[in-house]
Amino acid sequence: MSKDHPHADTSARYPDYDVLAKWNTPSWNDPTRAAVGQRLQVRDEPRFLSAERFRILKAVCDRIVPQPTDRMNKIAVAGLVDRMLEQTESVGYRRAEMPPLREAWQRGLDALNDEAKVRFGAEFTDLPAGRQDTVLELLQQGDVRSSAWGDLPAQGFFKHRVLHDITVSYYAHPTAWNEIGFGGPASPRGYVRIEANRRDPWEAEEKQGAVHHGD
Amino acid sequence: MATDDGMTAPRAVSGQAPDVFRRGAWVPMRQYPDSEEVDFVIVGTGAGGGTLACKLAEHGFSVVAMDAGPYWRPLEDFASDEAEQQKLYWRDERIVDGDNPIDMGGNNSGKSVGGSTVHFAMVSLRFRPEWFKARTKLGYAVDWPIDWREMWHYYTEVEQALAISGPVSYPWGPHRPRYPRRPHPMSAAGEFLASSAEKMGIGWSSTPIATLSAPRGLAPPCVYRGFCVIGCSTNAKQSVLNTWLPRALDANAEIRDLAMVSRIEMGSRGLATGVHYYRDGRWRFQKAKNVVVAGYAVETPRLLLNSACAQFPDGLANSSGLVGKNLMPQSNHGVYGLVDQEIRWYKAPPSLSITEHWNYTDTGKDFFGGYAYMSQGPLPTAWAGSLTSSRGLWGEKLVREMEKYNHQVGLKIVGEVLPQEKNQVTLTDEKDAYGIPIPRITFSYGENDKRLYEHAVRFMSQQMEVGGARDLFVESDTAHLGGTAKMGDDPRTSVVNADCRSWDIPNLWVCDGSVFPTVGGVNPSLTIQAIACRTGDRIAEMARRGELTRRTTPA
Repeated sequence: MSKDHPHADTSARYPDYDVLAKWNTPSWNDPTRAAVGQRLQVRDEPRFLSAERFRILKAVCDRIVPQPTDRMNKIAVAGLVDRMLEQTESVGYRRAEMPPLREAWQRGLDALNDEAKVRFGAEFTDLPAGRQDTVLELLQQGDVRSSAWGDLPAQGFFKHRVLHDITVSYYAHPTAWNEIGFGGPASPRGYVRIEANRRDPWEAEEKQGAVHHGD
Repeated sequence: MATDDGMTAPRAVSGQAPDVFRRGAWVPMRQYPDSEEVDFVIVGTGAGGGTLACKLAEHGFSVVAMDAGPYWRPLEDFASDEAEQQKLYWRDERIVDGDNPIDMGGNNSGKSVGGSTVHFAMVSLRFRPEWFKARTKLGYAVDWPIDWREMWHYYTEVEQALAISGPVSYPWGPHRPRYPRRPHPMSAAGEFLASSAEKMGIGWSSTPIATLSAPRGLAPPCVYRGFCVIGCSTNAKQSVLNTWLPRALDANAEIRDLAMVSRIEMGSRGLATGVHYYRDGRWRFQKAKNVVVAGYAVETPRLLLNSACAQFPDGLANSSGLVGKNLMPQSNHGVYGLVDQEIRWYKAPPSLSITEHWNYTDTGKDFFGGYAYMSQGPLPTAWAGSLTSSRGLWGEKLVREMEKYNHQVGLKIVGEVLPQEKNQVTLTDEKDAYGIPIPRITFSYGENDKRLYEHAVRFMSQQMEVGGARDLFVESDTAHLGGTAKMGDDPRTSVVNADCRSWDIPNLWVCDGSVFPTVGGVNPSLTIQAIACRTGDRIAEMARRGELTRRTTPA
C-alpha cells in the first residue's frame, strides 16, 4: 500500500496524519489525483520567470511561508507561484492602479531587489533573514525609496501579489494540509461525524495539548 | 486530438449534450442552425438565463441558450481541490476601482454552463416581503414593480424545482409552504451560530439550502464533503446545471457551451435581430426573434454597452442612461474567532445555520436595510486569504495562526447595499482575447452601507464572545452583485419593466440579478430564479395575447 501512493511530511500537531495516505481510498477521485499529482511534481525551477527573478521569488517565499528545518520534502512554493504565472494571465480582476498579473510580478521582484540594494547595499537574496523581513515590512507599509517602483504601488504589490499568491500556493499543497489538519480531498466519500469534537477515522487526529489555551 | 476537458472544445454539439449525471455519457439535444430565427436566444445560462431557458422551452418556444463557460459533468470533471476548481470562475480581466474596489473572479462570478450556481453556497432565501416596497413601506431606496405575493408563488415553484432542504417552519416572515426536504443535521460550525444566537436572545434557523437531504432521481443526498463553493462533485447540489437545464433539454432547448457573445445586432425596425458570438474558432451570428441578456451584473451591462450602434449610440436599452449604473454588491463582513473545541469547519455545507434577525427587526438600527448572517467554513487557501488580507499576517505568525484551522469559527453577513448611480460598470479601452472592451467596475460604500456593516460587526462580535470565541478579528468582503439594469415602472428611471422587458427595444430582455432595484439582505439566487420563472410565464401569456411583437408602454 505505501508504495502505491505519494507521501508528504507530517506535522507536530497532527503527527500521525498524512492526507496522501488517502490517495487510494474513496476520499480521492480521479480528477483530484490528477490535479494534486501534477502539483506534487512541481520543483523549484522557473518556467515563466527569469532565473534571476526566480531566485528573488524563492527567497521571498522562504520568508512569507517559512518551512520547518527538519521537513524532508519542502514545498516548492516558488515553483508553484511560477507555474501559476505560466498558466494564468489574470485572476479575474486587477486594481486600476496595478499592472496585469505577470507584469506586476516581474516589475515587483525587480523593484523589491532594488529596494534591498538601496536600503542595505546588497541583493535581497544576499541579506540575512532579519533584513529580508525588514524589506518586506517596508513594502507592506508602503515605505519604499527605490526609483525602480515607478508607478507600481509597493503596498499593492505586496498585499495582492506577494502575500496572496504565495500563501495560496503554499496552502494548496498536501504537506500544508497535514500541517493544519485539513481533511483534504473528500469525494465521493465525505464525512459522517460533523458535530464538534467528533471526527471520522479518516480525519487527522490532533495531538493532545497541542492547542495553547489563552496567552 | 483535443482532450475532452470541457474547456478546449465545445461538448454540446452533434445533436447531444453532456449527461451531467453519468460519466462520459450524453443526452440528446435539439439543435438549431444559425440561420433559423429562433424564438429566443439567451445569453448566459446561470440562475436567470438557465432557468428562463427551461421555462420558455417548456412553454413551447424555440430556445438557444449560450454560455461562455464549459459544460461540465461534475462526477468526472470536479476535483476536491481549490486551485483546480478555479476553472469554475470568470477569470477574464476586469479593472476594479472606487473607494472600495470589489474583488472579482471568485464568489461573485461564474464561467460555466449553469453560471455561478455551479459554485454557489446553495443558501436559498426569500426576500422579506416589505423589500419589494422598500420606499413605501420602509422609507429607503426604491420600490420594485412586482408584488411580494406574486413572488411568494414563484419562490415556491423554485423551492420545489430545487428540492430545497429546510426547517419545518421558518422563524421569519409570512407563512410559506414546508420545504420539500427535511433539514440537514447540524455541523459544529452551524451549531456555534445556533447556540450563541440563543445566548444573545435572537432567533436562528437551519438554513434553507439547495443540497439534497434525500436522494432524487440520479442525484444522491449530500455527504458533507464541504467543497460546495468550488463545485459539487456528487450532484447533491441542486444547481441550474443539474436541475433546470436537463429539463430545458428535454423540452427541446439547445445549450451552446464555450460560446462568447460580443454584440447584439439591431435591425432597421428598432428590433434586435440576433447575436454575434465566438465558438469553436470562429465568429458566428445567431438569428432570433427575441434576445435575452442574462450575463449577471457585469457582463450584462458590458454586452448592452458594447452593442452601441448608430441608432443607439449609448448602448442598447439605455434611454434612461442607467445601464451599468446602481451596481450593488452585498457587504460580506465576517467575524472570526478561536474556540477550544474541534470544529473542523471544512466539513458539510459551510452555512448550515442562519439568523435573519436583523432583516426582520426594524428597531435598534441606525441604518436602512438589513442583513442575514450565517455560519462559515472556508477551505485552506480561502482561509489563508482571510488571514493575509484582513490581518496582513505572514511568516511564522501566519503559519502558527493557520495551525489553528480546526478550532476556528466564524459568522459572516450578506448585507444590503443601497443603490447609488456612481457605482457602475463601464467599458475601458483595453480589449480582451475576443477583442471586446474590458469592463471597469467602480464601487464605493455609502454612509448607510457603512453603518449597516459596522452594526453587524459589533453585534456579531458580541455574539462570538458570548459563544466562547476569543482572538476575534474582522474581515471586510463583498458577495453577489446586482442592479446594473434595474427594473421599474417608469422608462425614465429604469431599464426594464416588471417582465424584464427593455423599455426601448421590445424584443430585448434582461433576466438576471442586474434587474434588482434593491438587493435586500439575503443571497440572491432564489430571487433571480423566481423572477426568471415569472418572466417565462409572463412571456407565454403575452405571446397568447399577441403582445410579444408590440411595443411596451408603462402601466
